[in-house]
Amino acid sequence: MTTEVGSETEVKKEPEKAEEQSPAPEQDAQAPAAEPKAEAELPCGETAPPGGDGDAQPKAASPEKERKQKEPSAGKGISRFLPPWLKRQKSQSQAEPREAEKENQEKVDEQQQPGQESAPKSPVSEAKEAPGEELKSDDKDDKHSIGSADTQPAKEEKGDESLERSADVKEKEESKCEEKKEEGETPKPDSGTEKPLLKAAKKMKTVMCHVTLLDGSQFPCEVEKRAKGHFLFFKVCEHLNLLEKDYFGLSYKDAADQKCWLDPAKEIKRQIRNSPWQFAFNVKFYPPDPSQLTEDITRYLLCLQLRQDIASGRLPCSFVTHSLLGSYTLQAELGDYDPSEHRLEYLSDFQFAPTQTKEMEEKVVELHKNHRGMTPAQADAQFLENAKKLSMYGVDLHHAKDSEGVDIMLGVCANGLLVYKDRLRINRFAWPKILKISYKRSNFYIKIRPGETEQFESSVGFKLPNHRSAKRLWKVCVEHHTFFRLVTPEQPPKARFLTLGSKFRYSGRTQAQTRQASSLIDRPAPYFERTSSKRVSRSLDGAPVVSVSDQALRGDSSVAGDKENGREPALELSSDSKSKLRVQGENIYVRHSNLMLEDLDKTQEDVLKHQASISELKRSFMESTPEPRPDQWDKRLTASPATSLRLQAQGSLEEEITSILFSKAGFCSGPARPFVSRARAAEGTVTAASLPVAMGSVEKTPPTTDGPLPDSKDIGKSAEDKQRSGTGEQAEVEIEETVVIKEVKKAPKTKDVAPEVVVGAAVAEEAKKEKEGEAEEKEDKRPGGGEASSSSDSHSESEEEAEYHPQVSSVSVDQIKEEPEEEEPKQEAPPPGADPIASAAPPRAREERGAASEGAADEEAHNGHTETRQGLVSVEEDEEEEEEEEEEEEPRLNGDVSRTETERLPQVICCSEPPVVKTEMVTISDTFAAQKTEISTKEVPIVHTETKTITYEAAQLDGAGDSEPGVLMTAQTITSESLCTTTTTHITKTLKGGLSETRIEKRIVITGDSDIDHDQALAQAIKEAKEQHPDMSVTRVVVHKETELAEEGED
Amino acid sequence: MTALTAPFGRFTHSVVRAIPASFGEGALRTCSAQVDLAAALREHEHYVAVLKHRLGLQVVELPADESLPDCVFVEDAAVVCGDTALVTRPGAPSRRKETEAMKQALQELNLNIVEMDDDSATLDGGDVLFTGREFFVGLSTRTNQRGAEILADAFKDYTVSPVPVLDGLHLKSFCSMAGPDLIAIGSSEPAQKAFKVMQQMSDHRYDKLTVSDDIAANCVYMNLPDKGHVLLYCTSEEYPESAKVFEKLKDYTLIPVSNSEKVKVDGALTCCSVFINKKLEN
Repeated sequence: MTTEVGSETEVKKEPEKAEEQSPAPEQDAQAPAAEPKAEAELPCGETAPPGGDGDAQPKAASPEKERKQKEPSAGKGISRFLPPWLKRQKSQSQAEPREAEKENQEKVDEQQQPGQESAPKSPVSEAKEAPGEELKSDDKDDKHSIGSADTQPAKEEKGDESLERSADVKEKEESKCEEKKEEGETPKPDSGTEKPLLKAAKKMKTVMCHVTLLDGSQFPCEVEKRAKGHFLFFKVCEHLNLLEKDYFGLSYKDAADQKCWLDPAKEIKRQIRNSPWQFAFNVKFYPPDPSQLTEDITRYLLCLQLRQDIASGRLPCSFVTHSLLGSYTLQAELGDYDPSEHRLEYLSDFQFAPTQTKEMEEKVVELHKNHRGMTPAQADAQFLENAKKLSMYGVDLHHAKDSEGVDIMLGVCANGLLVYKDRLRINRFAWPKILKISYKRSNFYIKIRPGETEQFESSVGFKLPNHRSAKRLWKVCVEHHTFFRLVTPEQPPKARFLTLGSKFRYSGRTQAQTRQASSLIDRPAPYFERTSSKRVSRSLDGAPVVSVSDQALRGDSSVAGDKENGREPALELSSDSKSKLRVQGENIYVRHSNLMLEDLDKTQEDVLKHQASISELKRSFMESTPEPRPDQWDKRLTASPATSLRLQAQGSLEEEITSILFSKAGFCSGPARPFVSRARAAEGTVTAASLPVAMGSVEKTPPTTDGPLPDSKDIGKSAEDKQRSGTGEQAEVEIEETVVIKEVKKAPKTKDVAPEVVVGAAVAEEAKKEKEGEAEEKEDKRPGGGEASSSSDSHSESEEEAEYHPQVSSVSVDQIKEEPEEEEPKQEAPPPGADPIASAAPPRAREERGAASEGAADEEAHNGHTETRQGLVSVEEDEEEEEEEEEEEEPRLNGDVSRTETERLPQVICCSEPPVVKTEMVTISDTFAAQKTEISTKEVPIVHTETKTITYEAAQLDGAGDSEPGVLMTAQTITSESLCTTTTTHITKTLKGGLSETRIEKRIVITGDSDIDHDQALAQAIKEAKEQHPDMSVTRVVVHKETELAEEGED
Repeated sequence: MTALTAPFGRFTHSVVRAIPASFGEGALRTCSAQVDLAAALREHEHYVAVLKHRLGLQVVELPADESLPDCVFVEDAAVVCGDTALVTRPGAPSRRKETEAMKQALQELNLNIVEMDDDSATLDGGDVLFTGREFFVGLSTRTNQRGAEILADAFKDYTVSPVPVLDGLHLKSFCSMAGPDLIAIGSSEPAQKAFKVMQQMSDHRYDKLTVSDDIAANCVYMNLPDKGHVLLYCTSEEYPESAKVFEKLKDYTLIPVSNSEKVKVDGALTCCSVFINKKLEN
């Protein structure tokens, strides 16, 4: 019942949204809707017997059934009364039983008809017009009346689906790219579509998206209103039969008519705000060498993009080049020149240049004649070979002013940042030269690595038109840097390589990774029809030939990375650390890892700045994970409404949350759940991000939310509910709050924060405070709840600015002070017997910087307060068997994303734990019980993990450290991440009694399945550490090993 | 089939211009030196002969114009890349009319002519270094920002990066291309600094061929169908140290060319010709 109410409210609100165009109302509407959806989605099949909390489950079950029943019935009975859009959904729901593909097609078809005109608008407008409420009420009645017959089948299907999903997930994990194809074709689409369908039928929350494809055609796609970007993106890629997705993205125009990239990890709705659900499929990262693309279809799409770029003038060409490229276009689209058929008129359908002259057309034809015999694929390849040499190929230009107010253009490209004045390139900053990228309000800054002769880094600032443009530029920079410059650490290209980015993997893959992935593509060249954008219907003669294309071009495709990229971040670190020029107290953190990628995708703004804090969080999680307490969980559930409120307040936090969660997953989430759950856990983070938004809406409509929420809770317990997950997320969110300052700022919208919320936040804050000074401030505000959010003063940093440290060894201004990596000390246990590992790292005592007496390297400094670090190398090894798998899975989840997320949420919850837990975390710092609690589908099972900590210490010179505080000269924190390992390096220089001492503390987290030889990995890590600092001695090795003991509540 | 696909340095034609009698007295120069006109004529004759006979280029010889003492330095009058020719607006007012004959010659070669209509723009071809991948344009006493912008507009396919010329007349007074991705550069500090700027601006990594004499760094590189790498460079009589450097280049057809007279009026080897790559039209 309650849920129904929720739905009504939603409908009503929608019109409001349209009218008001205020994001907030929309969110409100969403929130209620989302929850119900979640319930529906619950994978009943997976967890057949609702095991968990007895009370909760029964409740949950009943509502679900009702809904399900309602859906089908409603569709039939009410159909005549319903407005077209409602009908659509109904039909969809009915279709569910069918095979997924069919459904998809049907959806599309259905959607197209009604929706095409004004897909986004239609629901709203109709709702307005029609006596929406009445209709709704009718629906409800009907639903109730309708028999349960329909319901049953629906459930079964769901179950099957869930099973399928799990299967899919496995497959995905195992196979990666190749499987993607398969997935895309069948299983995924099913799951993806079905869920939305179900939801849609119930709540009507789907929206028609119109995606303009590169050939100019429109691809209508119905998505859940709260679907994330990647759902839509995958839909499009699926439609295009595109496997090498990573170069592409979806863009939309914001209110200012600026082209923005749709963040795949975030909800679409939150990104586009009031803009129409109109998107464009575009190339986001222009491959510097298109011949290395694996598939012709990818090249074809790139050609289409470039034709657009050229015709629009974005990609300037000379007359000759216009003509040449045009001639290849003709060859690709029309085949060989045929004098009888091809006259100048046939050219008028093509646009070869912004301004096309007769002369040019003649030239095009002349050149076209020379291409006789060239297949379309070859013509495309030639097109690209020429286009890639153009100076502005792949350069994303942004208007800006220099420090003197002169108009310039900033161009982001594969190699770095370019500065143009008029048409001249007046400067260039290659990625290796850039230490930090940041923005603050409308200012964009890069910090430049000092040249050979210079002693200090220099910062260059640019003024962007506004804050949004600065942020957009920053994001683009971060993305490009990640994509083009970062490489996967040399790891045996196991099936694992995909492991990198969990959720964002697809968007977050680096070029090297995507090349690797695409080298595995093993499908026959897909048939695709070339249609010039102007001649949609035309099919090229050459189409079948596609497969024929030039193999030669592909030769290199398998090559993992660029030479440029090849260099290892770690290596740089060492060199940097030695430079004495460093400013004291600077933290250096560089993330090259997948995490980075993810962060980028999701919250690029904060990413860098907050990463330090995030890493802290990770540590904290690892070290002080509270043990799962069912009680708390229950509390939480009961309090869920409140929680939801909190979430709302923090809605903005989403982004950060994701990152944080992710880290958790990587580090803490040891509990090996069945892969399925695992996968979800990873996703959970994603979902979590989305949820807050929904929650945010809830705030405004307190009454409504209350009703639905309780239900959801119950349901959630019995089966994995989205709501639950939501709650879980909330908890996490709180934690994250500290981390993410930015989000807080965003929150301002939600002014009314429930007291409960505040509490939670407060708890979180405490925890954070301990860890981070900065975080504390932010958190403090938090307690205020909505107020905190509203008070954006302190937050100026958060929303307004962000930093990114592209360099491996970048020195960042210490916004983040040395984070107490103190955690390590905690972990340090009395050194047990020597390990193979220990042996691997024999202590070598050498001095760094001459004066340093290594003996002095004590462990005193462990805690961040003193900031002195010891020379110990602490290596932490987490064995999480399924983490990787999870991550891998996501990319394939295409259609299912929404689902998976919901399911995964529960896991997230576990990690995050109720507010109480958080407190514990803070307090318990020493206890290393990193709990990785996973919520089984039905229950909230907690996985117990076994934690072992072994410390190997070299004979220490003295404990003098304690006695002598010493003077901290410098402190740096550097974090680098690779596939399986995360390395955090703390370098502190202290002056003690006239001796300068340099301590380097490395924390290496190795995460991976049992497949990975952790010992070996550890040994390797230690070896590398030693190699990096040949003049240092290893004084201590702490090995912390976490293994899942048992899994609870798993299916 | 165009500049985009042809190897760097592939030329079929060259436009040169005869030395007028006024050259000895009237040619602009940064330092006062007495030019031996007869010697200059001989030098130039040899130079053209190398292009025409030794290398087999189609040489278009423009007649001298007595009112234009510097007209032999055709390089400054036009920048040709691919099928596009930019007719410049030389920085020295006395040389502006040099472009007329050049323009006509280029038109006859069926090049796409772009002219600098902007009266505020100046550009000497001697300030334009085309590396095969991009342009560097020296901002010098002869070339200004606006001229550089027009250059960029004319050759949209390529990046154009300005390089301040701190010393010397032109950018190419101390550097030139000595091969694909190989920049010959003088050893003077301004020259080295300019190279750094170029390297900094470029996405590509250029090899550097440092020669001890700045002016000797101006050489003419070509990649000809049946001759491979061809380099016209200073003679060892004039610049022994620098010549040695060039002579170490392997797989090159090395052709020392004397330039002792023209150099007195700041003329370098590249100054005396405009190279063009035209497909042989049927």
